[in-house]
Amino acid sequence: MSSKLKLYCNTNHLVYLREFLDQTLQSTPMCEIDQHQVILAVEEVCANLIIHSHSCNPSSFIEIMTEISKDQAIFEINDFGQGFNILEYQEPELSHVIKSKRKGGLGIMLVKKIMDKIEFESNGTKNTCRLFKNLKSK
Amino acid sequence: MLNIEHIRKEGYSILQLSGEVDASNSVDLDAAIQEMLSEGINRILVDGSKLEYISSAGLGVFMSYLEEFKEKDIQLVIFGLLEKVQQVFVILGLDKLIIIKPNREEALQAIV
Repeated sequence: MSSKLKLYCNTNHLVYLREFLDQTLQSTPMCEIDQHQVILAVEEVCANLIIHSHSCNPSSFIEIMTEISKDQAIFEINDFGQGFNILEYQEPELSHVIKSKRKGGLGIMLVKKIMDKIEFESNGTKNTCRLFKNLKSK
Repeated sequence: MLNIEHIRKEGYSILQLSGEVDASNSVDLDAAIQEMLSEGINRILVDGSKLEYISSAGLGVFMSYLEEFKEKDIQLVIFGLLEKVQQVFVILGLDKLIIIKPNREEALQAIV
């Protein structure tokens, strides 16, 4: 089963993303806690793109496509902005985040801990980030 | 949507969070904590029993104050988190850095 969402780059629209993902994940055997975490991970990637790659420009958009199969859930996030390679990003040490009193830096850490596999590719115009979550059967 | 209520008590304050904290409204959480600090409040209980969701933007707000709280001997205890929300703190190991209690009674005991 697949579905798609066009999300404009306004952080107030993140709630629509959560609703979309919530609905998409209903068809999976994931428990509430796992669903919550997957929604969070996908949102972290999207929020990052909206804020850092698109500077919250409300006329820009990103696309989220989901593909749910028996064994896994795949979330493909496409954008046409300044690419952000999540795989190359070196997340900071937690102790450094605390010492520097910074508010950012935790999002990508969450994505990497929650998702089973992450892919990134860019052709210079279109950037694609794919997040994979394995599904355990009931 | 996020609703923040500041309940002033004798010797401490409760910050009641209802709804969802994400990148669109984490500044409101930050402002609420700032306001408490400017009032000289040094015992803060965060009631998370109605908090349905928190993303890294919200977690980052709490994290950004940990050092200042340590320097100024300000205590912050979060209580009543739903299991799904608490797990997000656990994933990052924030439950080792922030005191999290199951209910208000235990949270109050932790700040005495």
